[in-house]
Amino acid sequence: MANDVKPRVKVPKSAKAGEAVVLKTLISHPMESGQRKDKDGALIPRSIINRFTCDFNGKNVIDVTLEPAISTNPYIEFEAMIGEAGEFKFTWYDDDGSVYEDSKPIEFA
Amino acid sequence: MKQRKITTALAATAMLGFAFTGAAFAEPVDDALVIDGTEITIRAPAPAHLNGALPDLVSGWAFRDTETRAMQMDDFDNPGMIFVDRGLDTWNAVDGTEGKSCASCHEGPESMAGLRAVTPRVDEKTGKVMNIEAYVNDCRTTRMGAEALNLRGAQMTDMLALISHQSRGQLMNVAIDGANAPIYEQGKEIYYTRYGQLEMSCANCHEDNYGNYIRSDHLSQGQTNGFPVYRLKDAGLVSPQSRFVGCVRDTRAETFKAGSDEFNALELYVASRGNGLAVEGVSVRH
Amino acid sequence: MILSRREALVLALGSVAAAAIPMAALASVDDAVAAFTGGAAVTDGAGVTLTAPEIAENGNTVPVSVDAPGASAILILAAGNPTPAVATFNFGELAGAHMASTRIRLSKTQDVVAIAKLADGTFVRTSSEVKVTIGGCGG
Repeated sequence: MANDVKPRVKVPKSAKAGEAVVLKTLISHPMESGQRKDKDGALIPRSIINRFTCDFNGKNVIDVTLEPAISTNPYIEFEAMIGEAGEFKFTWYDDDGSVYEDSKPIEFA
Repeated sequence: MKQRKITTALAATAMLGFAFTGAAFAEPVDDALVIDGTEITIRAPAPAHLNGALPDLVSGWAFRDTETRAMQMDDFDNPGMIFVDRGLDTWNAVDGTEGKSCASCHEGPESMAGLRAVTPRVDEKTGKVMNIEAYVNDCRTTRMGAEALNLRGAQMTDMLALISHQSRGQLMNVAIDGANAPIYEQGKEIYYTRYGQLEMSCANCHEDNYGNYIRSDHLSQGQTNGFPVYRLKDAGLVSPQSRFVGCVRDTRAETFKAGSDEFNALELYVASRGNGLAVEGVSVRH
Repeated sequence: MILSRREALVLALGSVAAAAIPMAALASVDDAVAAFTGGAAVTDGAGVTLTAPEIAENGNTVPVSVDAPGASAILILAAGNPTPAVATFNFGELAGAHMASTRIRLSKTQDVVAIAKLADGTFVRTSSEVKVTIGGCGG
């Protein structure tokens, strides 16, 4: 199920003191809900990304619990307020135990 | 746009629930499609070869709801763009007996700029109708020694997304003369032929009734310039011929297959109906 | 058993009512809320904003945003889905505005509900009806 899973993140080049930055993330994933049936009427087992986290220099920005009602290719947009340059780390947790990671640096002015 | 009349409403199709209805908001919107600061041409005068069949050309984007339109106006919000990224992985992946990737011969995908705007076209040497998918599989089988990709599979639609994206903003300009001429005529014949138990042709919806509703679907002109489209319903990319399969099936007909002579001809003809609209590469529809 | 016309009518209405209100779904909304609030009271009103389209062109991909200044967490529920839970956003110490956007699946026209846990530990709730249209073209 974890075939061709590809994360995509959008982080601004730099942040300013006192201004939040908008972060956008998308990951290609079927988010199989566990509610659908195949052609023979058998239930297709659930297989979703169940958790997403974003940290900056080791501190948490957001920790999201995802349920099967999140659309295929889950999209999450949120904001962060940082006080230094560093690196955002994005982590997606799959039902099958796979973990997908991406990271992006940001400057601070 | 002027108020348009319903010109096709067959009693038989009405009984089956396929009635067309006009509604207060039935016309396409007047907004401009601006993607990350660049305006994309979504309206154009109809090409002469249509002989007035359409008063002017309008991209399917203008027929969609506000939220769907907004998704295409930002390359990150557009969920189809991740498949452009994924297509790049396939582009760079070595496959087959010759130890080559697409990049081995073509370098970056930007070498494909412009191709999407002039295809499908007939290869004068072989006489074959070549769309993007046909070019990809031709390279794979004759130059890479790799297996042809499934025309409707994920790897192929990823490649279609990547290559179409290189032509974003370029105006569709599919030739209807020369070697393309007989295929154009064949495609035109198919476009106006009624298929299936509902006895509907492409023209019944997309020429006679665009702007009207078929149940709650707002009919577009059925242009191909936006393809591949990220379809919210499927939450994935759809190629022109995959869309044809769906449309013809909805008329309750046995459909032609993707890659068949019939759908190749239809794709060339439908693409030429959009000459003047920009390649959107890739679009978002519902 | 012989039913009078009135009894038959009452029974029929009862079964219609039972069909119209899926008890299991209602119970699971309550469960999901209780799991989030720990049983604390939830008040309607200011403090949390939910942005969702009035009409979703396709129920498979409906954009929604939630915003609750100072909140530590926001729960999204789709009351009419077979399983109402959608997502929980827990904001960390570096969260900017306490907002998040995502795209969700709605099985039919229904209320989308957002419940925020505010900085003072209280819970506020808001909801928004989203009409889900059924397309004419299956494929």
